[in-house]
Amino acid sequence: MLSRTADNLYWLSRYVERAEYLARILDATQRLTALPLAYVGTTNEWQSTVMTAGCATAFFKAYDEANEENVTDFLAFSTTNASSIRSCFELARSNARAVRTALTVEMWDAINGAWLELKRYGNGPTSRDEFSRFLRWVQESSLRFDGSAYRTMLRNDAYWFSRLGVYIERADNTARILDVKYHLLLPDNERIGGPLDYFQWAAILRSVSALTSFRWVYRESVKPWLVADLLILRDEMPRSLAACYEAIVRNLDSIAGAYGRQGPAQRQARGIRTRLQNSRMDGIFQRGLHEFIGEFITENNRLGSAVTEQFLL
Amino acid sequence: MVVAFDEMKGVNGGVRPPYGELSRWLSEVPADVLDHRRKEAELLFRRIGITFAVYGEAEAQERLIPFDVIPRIMSGAEWRLLEKGLIQRVKALNAFIKDVYGAREILRAGVVPDDLVFRNPAFRPEMSGQSVPHGIYVHIAGIDIVRVDAETFYVLEDNARTPSGVSYMLENREIMMRLFPELFARHRIAPVDQYPDELLATLKSVAPEHAARDPTVVLLTPGVHNSAYYEHSFLADKLGVELVEGRDLFVKDEIVHMRTTQGPRPVDVIYRRIDDDFLDPLTFRPDSVLGVPGLMSAYQAGNVAMANAVGTGIADDKAVYSFMPAIVKFYLGAEPLLKNVPTWRCREEEHLAYVLGHLHELVVKEVHGSGGYGMLIGPTASKVALEQFRAKLKTAPKNFIAQPTLALSTCPTCVEQGVAPRHVDLRPFALTGRDRTRIVPGGLTRVALKEGSLVVNSSQGGGTKDTWVLDG
Repeated sequence: MLSRTADNLYWLSRYVERAEYLARILDATQRLTALPLAYVGTTNEWQSTVMTAGCATAFFKAYDEANEENVTDFLAFSTTNASSIRSCFELARSNARAVRTALTVEMWDAINGAWLELKRYGNGPTSRDEFSRFLRWVQESSLRFDGSAYRTMLRNDAYWFSRLGVYIERADNTARILDVKYHLLLPDNERIGGPLDYFQWAAILRSVSALTSFRWVYRESVKPWLVADLLILRDEMPRSLAACYEAIVRNLDSIAGAYGRQGPAQRQARGIRTRLQNSRMDGIFQRGLHEFIGEFITENNRLGSAVTEQFLL
Repeated sequence: MVVAFDEMKGVNGGVRPPYGELSRWLSEVPADVLDHRRKEAELLFRRIGITFAVYGEAEAQERLIPFDVIPRIMSGAEWRLLEKGLIQRVKALNAFIKDVYGAREILRAGVVPDDLVFRNPAFRPEMSGQSVPHGIYVHIAGIDIVRVDAETFYVLEDNARTPSGVSYMLENREIMMRLFPELFARHRIAPVDQYPDELLATLKSVAPEHAARDPTVVLLTPGVHNSAYYEHSFLADKLGVELVEGRDLFVKDEIVHMRTTQGPRPVDVIYRRIDDDFLDPLTFRPDSVLGVPGLMSAYQAGNVAMANAVGTGIADDKAVYSFMPAIVKFYLGAEPLLKNVPTWRCREEEHLAYVLGHLHELVVKEVHGSGGYGMLIGPTASKVALEQFRAKLKTAPKNFIAQPTLALSTCPTCVEQGVAPRHVDLRPFALTGRDRTRIVPGGLTRVALKEGSLVVNSSQGGGTKDTWVLDG
């Protein structure tokens, strides 16, 4: 297939995934900040959200204060923020339009429909209720797009490149949440945090749609190191780093199989997966959770560049 | 003004046979149902994303061409007549272009004046003495047809450069079948959905002799900002070929390659939807970022086929058009089956004098114009517009031709007040490959939605209709 087509498909998926992630963290933050202060402490959750979204520098260039109004505007509706939900949908749709031929009717319908619907929300919601509905709608649009891709695409390189985009983006998103909230997840936090932090952990889980999964996997109450374990090492958890890398390796292998050759991207991905497979939570905590996550984000970005270099130019 | 011929009611008020069922159906179906279906159709078009851009309108970046849900119907016999004429016309067009870039017999015989060819901006000296794969120049032709009575069809325009609109022909049918299954069941309508297969067969048939047995075909688009981008992606999809932009292609050792995820792949046939001017910055406009440097060298070396060939735009010229009856006779030794609209060439003194004297009853067009831009419709033009045009004509007579205002036929059309007659034209698409010319029955019917308007161009508020050719 054309390199440009593969590139468009890859980014199309990344942007849709990113939009969903932004909606999830905004939703989690909204719930958290709605609680009485006694339950959540005095940290500025909106600031933490901007950091989780990975755009703190750009945000503070545009605004002085990280409050609800500014953050929702910047992350959801801003046209100057290239990673706002709106920009993600715009970019996803223009990528989709450029590769209309590589999409199934259902995928096009999902992304074009979402783009048309977005106009209805204008420059932002008029109330918190409406904003909640908006966030739900964003998640549904992403689910619809993802489901359309999964159910209707031919299983060929077009499909594999679009999946790669999903998982590389997803791995990055999960890692970012962990990176910003790592202090909440350290084992000794249990003693100092106590029930206060329960809502914080729940918010983390909620932002990767893992609150229910947590209970099914561990069958006990939320504990910080288990949250870290679930999001990093558990491959049955679809947004964990381990699961993302399972999928990345699988899709890169399919591409290598079809093209009859392996390359640097395949080798790098396998390296990262092996490292995740060989890690244990206590080891990660010993060496430092923060450092581990930081390295992972760098490695994941490096893989993104390797994919681009090997296939998309 | 002359009363227009209505394709449903004829001239004396009865219902013409091809419209029998439709007329009955129209009298049965409640107005609100029709209106409801019209809205449904619009929603479908918008969702599918069939939009087009109108140049010069910043706001309307993506607009829908209005779709009229009442079909236009032709009998099989009418179509067969038209088809024969179209095949003849396309054959003559191809022979003319081949001759112009080859032996130039028609110029030496004095049938077409030299300067009309050599001073034509669409003439490409680079193509002189240059052979093209299998001697075919106009692979895809859109011949605009208008009708004035039960028997007479005129050719209004030849589009031999990069005719567009075929995606509307295909989507209109698709949507009509979704919205009006019962109406289809009451007719036997010739299908059109074989068009992509026939186009692909045509394109593959013209691959260079030494190309692989299954040649690689691509569709070259200027990109998402082009007004016809939707059509480009639609066709590439239906053809199952890559939709490439200039930056996806490169030329090495006079061979065209595309950049793929598996490295470079050679390309044999380019269905290009990009004008000559922008094809190759090394040969044509050096500022073109849409083209492929070196493409012309690969083309001249015979390593790639382009459809349509470079330099075919010369046949789109409206002054050349006026010579088409003579061109048909010259190459085919036969009378043209399709009439030309009588045309005054303002480049000729006597003609100019006549045009200036009858401006208020004529349609005046620029010879290189298209899309309905820059034309004057005498009978409806204001005094000021008439005077302005008169001045233009006197300064640059060569740039204009004039034609009588034709009473284009009308078809029943959904309008605000209900169903009313509106003027229509027809653009059938003729595909010419190594073996033969293929034409899918029907074509794209364009309709002027404004009452009394004769301008059917989508850029000027025209709409489209599904076109039915009845079996038998």
